[in-house]
Amino acid sequence: MLTRDIGGLAILFLMPILLVITITTIQDGTFKIVKETKIPVLWVDEDQGEISKSIFEGLSNSKTLELITASSEDEAKSSVFKGNYQLAIVIPKNLSTDLAAKVDENVSGIMAKFGLEEDTATVVDKTPIAQKEIRLYFDPATQYAFKSSIKNGINQMIAQVETQSIYKAFQEQLEEDPSKDFFETESFISFKEIVPNGMQDDAIPNATQHNIPAWSLFAIFFIILPLSINMVKEKNQGTFVRLRTNPISYATVLGGKTLVFLAVALLQFGIMLLIGVYLFPNIGLPKLEISGNVGILFVVAFFAGLAAIGLGLLLGTIAKSQEQSAPFGATFVVILAALGGVWVPVFAMPSFMQSISRLSPMNWGLNAFYHVFLRNVDFPELIPELSLLFLFFIATTLIAILYNKRQNSV
Amino acid sequence: MIKINELNKKYKGAEHYSVAGLTLRIEEQEIFGLLGPNGAGKTTLISMLSSLIKPTSGSFSIDGLNYQEHSNDLKKIIGIVPQEYALYPSLTAFENLSYFGSTYGIRGNHLKEKINQHLETLGLLNFAHKKISTFSGGMKRRINLIASILHEPKVLFLDEPTVGVDVQSKNVIIDHLKKLNATGTTMIYTSHHLNEAEDFCTRVAIIDDGKIITKGKPKALVASHNNARNLEDVFLAITGKALRDYA
Repeated sequence: MLTRDIGGLAILFLMPILLVITITTIQDGTFKIVKETKIPVLWVDEDQGEISKSIFEGLSNSKTLELITASSEDEAKSSVFKGNYQLAIVIPKNLSTDLAAKVDENVSGIMAKFGLEEDTATVVDKTPIAQKEIRLYFDPATQYAFKSSIKNGINQMIAQVETQSIYKAFQEQLEEDPSKDFFETESFISFKEIVPNGMQDDAIPNATQHNIPAWSLFAIFFIILPLSINMVKEKNQGTFVRLRTNPISYATVLGGKTLVFLAVALLQFGIMLLIGVYLFPNIGLPKLEISGNVGILFVVAFFAGLAAIGLGLLLGTIAKSQEQSAPFGATFVVILAALGGVWVPVFAMPSFMQSISRLSPMNWGLNAFYHVFLRNVDFPELIPELSLLFLFFIATTLIAILYNKRQNSV
Repeated sequence: MIKINELNKKYKGAEHYSVAGLTLRIEEQEIFGLLGPNGAGKTTLISMLSSLIKPTSGSFSIDGLNYQEHSNDLKKIIGIVPQEYALYPSLTAFENLSYFGSTYGIRGNHLKEKINQHLETLGLLNFAHKKISTFSGGMKRRINLIASILHEPKVLFLDEPTVGVDVQSKNVIIDHLKKLNATGTTMIYTSHHLNEAEDFCTRVAIIDDGKIITKGKPKALVASHNNARNLEDVFLAITGKALRDYA
């Protein structure tokens, strides 16, 4: 019976295969660039001291920034404001020496309070030390989050140097033997980044990990079209009259369609997995790693299939013609895919769109797949997304049944 | 067999009742003809009796089963031969009949035998595994009929069962229906082919504006109307010759 509608089969199976291969191939290059590229930042060091050296080392060790030395502040400023760079950092002259002098001044003052000052015969000339500022030139288009993280990072580095300077100053004042360490200057508090077991440190999906689940979901939800068209055709060709006068409930009719299209959805998903595991490595794309996760992946596909079928049943019940169900169904699937993060990641959307995206069943499905592929979770952690998908199926199917009942009460 | 009591139907937004205060009794094993011009209420009445739509008021029962309390049980004992070809064009005749037969709980070899038996009687056994889309109108009408009688209904609603078919197919269909009737099936039959109704039906009712105008045995009705040669003359005398166009 599958061969009765070759065109329908092509849409259901070939289309998502072509889409996933095409899009993954195109995006693979982009994903690699995102993971491996550092943001170039201009560096102007007028200090040439300990502070600037410490900041330079700290920023250079970062995985996201590449420091490029500029010859002058004016040149750096001009480059940033022309849009050639996102950021220029200018370390002012004498920052290190002035900081050391300031620290010495403050420490001496504290020591004097405790009566531990050094020989008063040698009074240091207290010339006021002007405040120093590290100038950060940002491209106006730079996101606030990026600016904030840079400022916080530099602040932290300076604070560390300043603290060590203070300890050193106290050491010199209190201990005659400079080789003896009076204080422990290592940071008391440190950060440890912990990732799920077996995962890489940076949990960004590669092109395969994003596109296989994303386009699988798209294919699964595309079932809305043939399902709703099938139901509309039944209504218009008279077979639905037969079904309504038969001693089977509308819920049973819908149940039959659910089972068939669920089988189609799982078959689609299985084919997509096979493409990711066997075809992609042979065409230069990253292999989809699914070992140990096949069962859970199919569970996610199962619930996504239910959600899609519920929507198709509802559309098929409400639509009165194929001209209504087909364009609406296709457009709605595209919108759900866009909201779900199939094309543009959700975190890159404006905040109000991110809120709306939480309403998309494709978003729930994609999150569930990401949990499996990137975070290596077990089934219990998937329950929130799977519950949403299942409730969506129940809600849409119930509405379809009630709508049909109301229509037949005319 | 069928008791209809003050049945009314007014569609949402309609000004008039499509069926108005209709009371009727149809005995077991009758072939009862419902005749009337377009918009008279025939299809509405059959739709209510076959549970497609709900009456606005009134009641009816079929074989003692009240529609309000036993709607699912009613569906098990009735069959409907709709005016449209209610078949899946991409499936074969056998597949269509298997599917619809199974919805009545008929399974396995029993279903297969019944299908083959009816196909043979109606001359379609050699076409059992051909797609419906390749069938002629007459062939489709015959499959349409078989799909409605596989479960041996006690009451069969026939909505224009021979419209658009050739004479040979019409004869085969009518003969088959007569045989079914002989085994005990009560039939309610609507058609615009009044000469066919005259030969086929044991009793007829002429409906207009949702009400029964007259009813009786065809020959008796003809005899009771002056100058009427046949049922068509009776029909035109009662309903008039004006066109019944509506939208």
